[in-house]
Amino acid sequence: MNPFRALGRALLRFLEEAGGIFLFFWKALLYTFTPPFRVRLFLKHIEFIGVRSWLVVALTALFSGMVTAYQVHHALVKFGGQSVLGGVVALTLTRELGPVLSAIMVVARAGSAITAEIGSMRITEQIDALKIMAVNPIQYLVTPRLWAAMIVVPLLTAMADLIGIAGGYVIGVLVLGIDHGIFIARMQDMVELMDIMSGIYKAIFFGAFTVAVCCYKGYFARGGAEGVGRATTEAVVISSVGILVSDYILTTLFF
Amino acid sequence: MIEIKGLKKTFGDLQVLRGVNLTIPKESITFIMGGSGTGKSVLLKHLVGLLKSDEGEIWFDGQDLTKLSEREWQRVRKKIGMLFQEGALFDSMTVAENVAFPLIEHSAGTMREIQKRVEELLEAVELLPAKDKYPSELSGGMKKRASLARTLALNPQVILFDEPTTGLDPILQITIMDLIKRIKETYKLTCVVVSHDVILALKYAQKIAFLHEGTIIEEGSPEEVKHSSHPFVRRFIDSALLLEKKEVFYE
Repeated sequence: MNPFRALGRALLRFLEEAGGIFLFFWKALLYTFTPPFRVRLFLKHIEFIGVRSWLVVALTALFSGMVTAYQVHHALVKFGGQSVLGGVVALTLTRELGPVLSAIMVVARAGSAITAEIGSMRITEQIDALKIMAVNPIQYLVTPRLWAAMIVVPLLTAMADLIGIAGGYVIGVLVLGIDHGIFIARMQDMVELMDIMSGIYKAIFFGAFTVAVCCYKGYFARGGAEGVGRATTEAVVISSVGILVSDYILTTLFF
Repeated sequence: MIEIKGLKKTFGDLQVLRGVNLTIPKESITFIMGGSGTGKSVLLKHLVGLLKSDEGEIWFDGQDLTKLSEREWQRVRKKIGMLFQEGALFDSMTVAENVAFPLIEHSAGTMREIQKRVEELLEAVELLPAKDKYPSELSGGMKKRASLARTLALNPQVILFDEPTTGLDPILQITIMDLIKRIKETYKLTCVVVSHDVILALKYAQKIAFLHEGTIIEEGSPEEVKHSSHPFVRRFIDSALLLEKKEVFYE
C-alpha cells in the first residue's frame, strides 16, 4: 500500500477516535444536569475507583519517593548539592510523579475493570435493555463514573504526594543522613502552591480522560468476549500513553 | 396497531430491509418469520429505536416513530417493551432487583409498593421462588421469564420478543409460548414475535408475516400462510412440517 495512503488512513482513524471520545465525554458531562441525579451510583464509583485504589497508589508513591531520593542524592552528591534533596523530591512528586502514577494505577486497577464491565454489558445487550427501559445508558453508566474519577484521582494524587515525600524523607534523612531541618526547609523554599496545584489540575484532567476512554471503549465494544478483551487492552494502552503525552503538554502550559 | 411503511435499512453495502410494509394488529400475537440473517431482528430493533431507518415510516399511537428525537423515544419506550434473545438481565443484580429496576428508575411508588409489584410480576411468570437468585444461576427458560417480568413492569402496550424460544427444549418452548399467550390476554398486549419456528407460529399466532430478501413476501392468518403459494414460504413451511413429521416418526 502507498505509505502516504496508509499514513492518511491512520491519521483519519486517530481523528475519528479522538473526536468520538471527546463527544462521548461531552455528552456524559452534559447529562450531569439532567435528572435523575445518580448520587448513590456516584458514591459507589467513588468507592470503586478511589477507596479500592488507595493501597496500590500508596505503595507506588512510597517506593517512587524512596527511589527518587536515592537517585537524586546520587546526582547531587557529585557537586555537593545534597542539601536540596527534600525540595527536589517534593517538586518531582507534586508536579509529575504524584498525578501520573496515581492516574496510571487507577487505569490499571479500575479503568480496565470499567471497560470490561461496560463491554460485557454491550455484548450481552444489557445496554440496549437500559435504553428499552427508557434509561439513558450514558447518563447511567458514564456520568457518575466520570465525576467520581474527577474527584477521586486528585485526592489520590494528594495522598501520593504526601506518601512519596514521606518515602523520600525516610531515605534522605534516616538512610542518607541529611539533616531533618534542612530537608524540610529546602522543601519549603522550593515548593510553591502552584507546584502542588498543577499536579492536582493534571489529576482532574487525567481522571476525566481515562474514564472517558475506558467507558467509550467498553460502550462501543463488539465481537463477543474477544472484542471485550481487545477493547480493554486498547483502553489501557490509550489511557496510559494519553496520560504521559498530555502530561508533557500540560507541563508546558503550566510552566 | 403498528404500521410500517416502506422501511429501508442498509449496513455498508448490505441492504437488509428493502422497503418493508407491514401492519401489526392491536392486542394480538404477530409472528415475523424468515430464514436466518434476513433482518428480522433488525426490523424489531427499528420498532424500539435501537436502529434508525434510512427511509420509511413506523406509525404507532398516532406518531411516526422514525421522526422521534432521543428524548421523545424515552417516553415511547415506556409503552413498547422488548425481550432480548438471551434475556439481557443485569448480571450484577438478583432477579427481584432486575424486575424492580425499571420501577425504581421511573419512581413507580414507594419501596414497599415496588416490592409488592415485583412479587406480583414474578408470580405472573411463575418465578417467585427464584427472586433472590442471580442471572448466572438461572436456566435459559428462567432467564426469559425473569426478563419478561422486567419488561412487564412498566405496563407496556406492546412487547417485542426476539426469538423467545431459541435454545430451549420443546417443553420449555411450549411453556414460554403459553406464558406469552396468557400474558397477552391478561395485560391486553400487542405481541410481536421474531422466530423461525413454523410449528409454534401456526399454533400461537393471529398473524404471520414472512420476511425474505428485505421485504414482506407473505402475510396473513396462520391458515392463509400455511396454504401460501409463494415458493419460498412454501419451501420454508414444508421443510418445517417435514422435520416435525420426522421427529414424530423417530419418536
